[in-house]
Amino acid sequence: MAKELLDVRNLSVHYKILAGWVYAVDNVSFKLNRGETMGLVGESGCGKTTTGYGITQLLASNAYIKDGSKVIFDGKDFVEMSTEPSKKFSGYRKIIEYHPEMRKYRWKRISMIFQGAMNAFNPVFKVGDQIIEAILTHEDITEEEARKRVEELYKLVGIPVDRIDNYPHEYSGGMKQRAMIAMALALNPDLIIADEPTTALDVVTQDKILGEMARLQKEKDVAMIIITHDVSVVAEMAHKMAVMYAGHLVETGTTRQIFKETAHPYMEALLKAFPSIKGERKRLKAIPGSPPDLSNPPKGCRFAPRCPYAKDICLEEEPPVVEVAPGHFSKCHFAEELYGELGGEAK
Amino acid sequence: MNNGESEENVVIRVKDLKKYFELHVGMFKFWGEPIYVKAVDGISFDIKKGEVFGLVGESGCGKTTTGRLLTRLEDPTAGSILFHGKDIARLKGKGLKDYRRNVQMIFQDPYESLNPRFTVLKTVMEPLLIHGIGETYDERVEMVIKALEDAELKPAEEYLERFPHELSGGQRQRVAIARALVLRPQFIVADEPVSMLDVSIRAGVMNLMLDLREKYGIPYLFITHDIAVARYMSDRMAVMYLGKIVEMGETDEIIFNHLHPYTKALISAVPVPDPDHKHGRVEIKGEIPSPINLPPGCRFWPRCPYAQKGLCDVKDPPLVETKDGHYVACHFAKKFAAGEEVPEKEVATA
Repeated sequence: MAKELLDVRNLSVHYKILAGWVYAVDNVSFKLNRGETMGLVGESGCGKTTTGYGITQLLASNAYIKDGSKVIFDGKDFVEMSTEPSKKFSGYRKIIEYHPEMRKYRWKRISMIFQGAMNAFNPVFKVGDQIIEAILTHEDITEEEARKRVEELYKLVGIPVDRIDNYPHEYSGGMKQRAMIAMALALNPDLIIADEPTTALDVVTQDKILGEMARLQKEKDVAMIIITHDVSVVAEMAHKMAVMYAGHLVETGTTRQIFKETAHPYMEALLKAFPSIKGERKRLKAIPGSPPDLSNPPKGCRFAPRCPYAKDICLEEEPPVVEVAPGHFSKCHFAEELYGELGGEAK
Repeated sequence: MNNGESEENVVIRVKDLKKYFELHVGMFKFWGEPIYVKAVDGISFDIKKGEVFGLVGESGCGKTTTGRLLTRLEDPTAGSILFHGKDIARLKGKGLKDYRRNVQMIFQDPYESLNPRFTVLKTVMEPLLIHGIGETYDERVEMVIKALEDAELKPAEEYLERFPHELSGGQRQRVAIARALVLRPQFIVADEPVSMLDVSIRAGVMNLMLDLREKYGIPYLFITHDIAVARYMSDRMAVMYLGKIVEMGETDEIIFNHLHPYTKALISAVPVPDPDHKHGRVEIKGEIPSPINLPPGCRFWPRCPYAQKGLCDVKDPPLVETKDGHYVACHFAKKFAAGEEVPEKEVATA
């Protein structure tokens, strides 16, 4: 029995803006076991990055976490630990910046591979020194020992050790990404959150990096959340996946379940809109309309205005989360009826 | 290149096209030999009427430069571009303006390619004003509305007075398409037109471009790094590597029966949206070298698993036809095509 590592329960993160609120993440719940890889997919602006950063409580200063949200990591509730009730808005909690307890978790237990790792390194410091600094911040070892560890990490991710003393601009895009992965692994974390880890890279480099990540994930038995817009990357990498649309998790389950036995109309539409180099060339189906404005989300199901199966109830009531098969959930009024009917990738 | 084909059908014929950018590095600006980046180094292809020609490759392979050369946003260093048989590679002044009326471009980023201070009406009407098309203002508005409707922005009247910031990414790209269409061009260069768009929007824009091709028979040069997108869009495609075309042919011939080791690596690296798909490992080494210090011989040999010492690192393989319409630039193309075993060899690394 795999051991549970992360339990996100009803996480809601809203941003306060001048004109009101942006309901970026609403009632998101999922679980992750040790050593498991989860893909969090969705389009830009659907709240997938906010969800990822919400786990480590690294959110912008105008972000508020709703009461009742829980992020339980290894038995510890981060929301309870590092937030306080907001003085300005009742029903919301605000993150306490630089919370000393939280800082012990960040990078040591949960590390991140940031979107556009190209720019995540400080250009005026040597790459190796930046990784050494991360190690020394969290561990009580000498600089020589830290440097030794960086050397090992470089070997692990496939960068020549003599590049430790180079500056970021002397690295190619793929190497920066590898260095970023080395940095994420430096403190042997339990969980890595990778936000669009290969989006800016060419296919050949992307393939190598993904292969590397999968290998290291297995070797080190570290859990991973891959945040991406590319369902094919998830198909290749993840054991399970969560599909996000307009701040809601619309479907969760194992990767196989979601691809082969799709239970939510949005995921079906996504698969039909995705070109592939495999199989026959058939006409793609575009999804009509565009994602809603999250400062004023539609009442009821947020996908209903674009959904071909939508009925009156969808526009009125928010759909419940239905378990259509063991471990396979869909947030749709007609999940039971549509399950098995929707054309997944196989059909 | 396409012997036996009717010449009239060829809209664009590119012959041995080259573009070298001169680099000024430090003091070499004043002394010594200039250094060149060979962005495009001798490529040839035809684009026929009503055809979508896909150009794929990794960043820095010269695909965007090729597109900019065809629209004459860059001046070629050598070679010719025949547009309906007329060489436009060295056109200037009025001749160039006339050519540009017939050739339009759609850019990657619809957030940057539209002027934020222009309304949709002004954006789409500007090409008409530049080329002096339409007698009266009303006639031009009429043309703009027609172009917007062609781009499936309906009802067009609702969009005329909007500014780009009031439009979604997909709508912006449709405005850019309308702007290209309003001149009734005979050729469109589309440089990564969908790579900034979300999946749910992307399919719609791709379908629109294919429908317009059906409707008006406009050929496209479709430049992209995404092979799955290129496959969906193009009838024929060419794979570029460091300024050269390494393989060219019918799209599914390239996807399924590719012969060049680089194409093979590129296609095996494409992720497939199917959890059951087991894809082959990429067997090429290292990363794309800098186009300043090109390796001698075949450009791909330092990364190629089949490279042979004394051949590949000395002689640059020409683009040869292995079977009808399938061109490959590899010394072993014929052997690969015949299914003969080519031993994997290690040569001294560069």
